[in-house]
Amino acid sequence: MPTLTINGMIVDVPAGTTIINAAEKIGIEIPRYCYHPKLSVAGNCRMCLVEVEKFPKLQTACSTVVNDGMVVRTDTEKVRKAVTGVLELMLIHHPIDCPICDQAGECGLQNYYMKFGLHKSRYDLEDKVHKKKVQDIGGQIVLDAERCILCSRCVRFLTEVTGTQELHFFNRGDHSEISIFPGRPLDNNYTGNLADICPVGALTSKDFRFKCRVWFLKVFDSICTGCSKGCNVDAHHKGDILYRLKPRWNDAVNQAWMCDFGRLTYKEMNEARLLTPFVREEGARKVAAWGSLLPDVAFRLKAAAEKGGTDRVAVIASPQSSNEELYLLRRLATERLGTSNLAFTHRVAGDGFADGFLIQADKNPNSRGAQLLGIPDGAAFDALVSKIAGGGIDALLVFGNVLGPLSEEETAALLAKVPFVAQVGTNEGPVSKAANAVLPSASVAERGGTFTSHVGRVQRFRFGFPARGKAKNPIEILVSLGNRLGAGWDFAGEASVFKAIAGTEAPFAGMSYDSIGMFGQEIKG
Amino acid sequence: MTIGVIKVARPRKMSFPESLYLVEIVKGLGVTMGHMLSNIVRQEGIKTIEYPEVRREMPPRFRGRHRLMKREDGTPRCVACYCCATACPAKCITIVAGESPDPGVEKYPVRFDIDMLRCVFCGMCVEACPCDAIRMDTGWFTPPDDTREKLIFTIDTLLEK
Repeated sequence: MPTLTINGMIVDVPAGTTIINAAEKIGIEIPRYCYHPKLSVAGNCRMCLVEVEKFPKLQTACSTVVNDGMVVRTDTEKVRKAVTGVLELMLIHHPIDCPICDQAGECGLQNYYMKFGLHKSRYDLEDKVHKKKVQDIGGQIVLDAERCILCSRCVRFLTEVTGTQELHFFNRGDHSEISIFPGRPLDNNYTGNLADICPVGALTSKDFRFKCRVWFLKVFDSICTGCSKGCNVDAHHKGDILYRLKPRWNDAVNQAWMCDFGRLTYKEMNEARLLTPFVREEGARKVAAWGSLLPDVAFRLKAAAEKGGTDRVAVIASPQSSNEELYLLRRLATERLGTSNLAFTHRVAGDGFADGFLIQADKNPNSRGAQLLGIPDGAAFDALVSKIAGGGIDALLVFGNVLGPLSEEETAALLAKVPFVAQVGTNEGPVSKAANAVLPSASVAERGGTFTSHVGRVQRFRFGFPARGKAKNPIEILVSLGNRLGAGWDFAGEASVFKAIAGTEAPFAGMSYDSIGMFGQEIKG
Repeated sequence: MTIGVIKVARPRKMSFPESLYLVEIVKGLGVTMGHMLSNIVRQEGIKTIEYPEVRREMPPRFRGRHRLMKREDGTPRCVACYCCATACPAKCITIVAGESPDPGVEKYPVRFDIDMLRCVFCGMCVEACPCDAIRMDTGWFTPPDDTREKLIFTIDTLLEK
C-alpha cells in the first residue's frame, strides 16, 4: 500500500491507484473533463494538472499512478494558473450560449469557470471559430459541435462500452470537432448515456430538449421499470411531473449506464393516468368515491366466493407490482378469498430482444419477485385464462394495465366473460377499458417498495411525490380490501409489509430496508 | 400593591356646545370652500389630475408593467432561458420553450405569461435577463380589468407594448 501526501494530508491507497482517485478518497476535488471512472484514461483535457514533488512539470492526476512517498499539491499558485489557462483555452471558441443550452445548471464549464476561471475573455467575439449547431446525429442525441471541448468521453464510450464507434474527431486545431460519418447516425441502444457523460452541452438529450431547466428539478432514487434488469435510476421531477431518468451508479447492476428504452419509461407515469376511481355501468364510466367503492369491491369478491364457491373467484397479479404488494395480494387471494386461481404473466415486448448487457427480454421489473413470493406464472396463467374464457369465473381482481401478451381485443373479449372485474392499475389500457370497477394506483414514482431483479437482487425504489389525482398506494388499497374481508391487517406503509415478508418468506429471510440500502441485496440461494 | 400601576389621564369631557360640533363643521366647510375658491382663481395649483385622460409624469426609473422586446425581424428577443422565471420571487412568470424554426435562434418562448395579479414589480426579471428581452419601462401601471384571466398577460400582449 503506497502512502502519499496530498496537500499535506497523508493517504494510504492500493498500488496502481491514480492521484485523482487518491485525492477523491480524502475529499479533495481535482477538476476533470476527460476522466470518467468507467472509461479508459485519456489525459487529454489537462484540467487535472497537479504539482508532484521531484517532477519538473505538472502532472495529470488522472493518469499518474501513485508511488510510495509521493508529495502532491493541488492548491499551489502554479496549479491554479495552469488550470485557469486550460479553462481559458477551452472557452476560447465556446459560443457561451448558456441561455439556450440544456446543460446550463449542470455544466462542467459553468461550474469550473466559477471555481477556477473567473477570467475576462481575451478573445474577440468575431474571431471565434463557428461550427455546426443543432445536429440530429441519431439516437436520443442532439450534437452542438461548437460547445464541445474535445474531451473524447463520448468517443471512448462508443468504443469501449457499446463497441459501435459512431463518433470520431474530424479536422485539426481550432477546427477539430466530433461528428459522425456522413449517413451513419448513432445506432445503438445506449445513446442516452452520451448526454450524461458529456461534461458540457455538446451532446444533449433530444427527449429532454427545452423541457425544463435542470435547476428546477428534484431527484429521488428509483428503479427502472422497463425490464427485469433493475437498473438503478435517479428520477428527476418538478412537482408531480417526471422529466427524465438518469442512471444511478451501481457497480453490481448497471454500472453508470442505462438503455434508451428504459430512459423513456418515465412517460407512462405522466401520460394517460387513471386519476379517479370509477365504475362502469352499462358501458358508461361513472366516477365513484373510494369510500363506497372499496367496500363494494370487497363485497362483490366475497359474495362471488360464497355463492359459487372459492373456485369461481380469481386474482391476476402483475409483475409491475412491488414485492410488498405481491405479498399482500397473495395473502389476500389465498387466505381471505381462499382461491387457488392466482397467477401472473410476463410481458415480452416485440421479438423478445435482449442483448446480454442491460436489456432483458422480460419487460417487467419484478417477475422474479412474484415467482419467489409463490405466485405461479406460465402454464398456471394459461390455465387461468382458459378457465375465464370458459365462463368459470364470477369475480376477478386484476392488477396492472395489461394482461401480459394479450391484445386489446383479446383482453376485452376475455374480461367480458366475467360478470365482475375490478382493476388496480396506473394507466389507461386494455384492462381499464373493460373493467367494471377501476381503482387507480400510484405510479412507481408515487410510492415506495422493492423490486427483485432477474438475478434476484432486491432493490428499493423510493417515494418521489404524492400520488396524482385520487390515486392511492396499492398497499393501502390491498390492506383496506383485506381488512374488509376480515384480515385484521395493521400494515402501514411498505416498510411494515417488508418486515413481514422478511419474517415469513424464505428467500427474503433476514433482509431489511437497512440491509438492502442504496444498492440492493441479493436473495439467498 | 401600587408597584407597576400607571395612572392614565382620562380625556376631558366635552362641554355641551362642543359636543354639537357646530363650530367644527363650519370650520371644515371653510377649508373646503377656501380650496374651491382658490382653485377657481388659480388653476395651476390643483393637485388632482383627470386620469385616465391626463397621466402623471413618472420618474425615469419607475418599474411599470412589462414589455417584451423584439428583434429587428419582429420575432421576440426572448430565448426562453427561464432566468426571469427563476429570479422571480412571486413566481408569476410561466414560460414554455420550443424549438424555433430558425436554427440561428434554436430556442424561443411558445408561451410567456406574466400573472400581473401576482407580480410584485420588483424588477428582478429585468435584472436577470441575459438578452435584454424584458423591460419594465412602459412607465405605467397595470390597468384594472374585470376578470383575473385578462390580467394574465400573454406573449402577444407583452410584445405589443
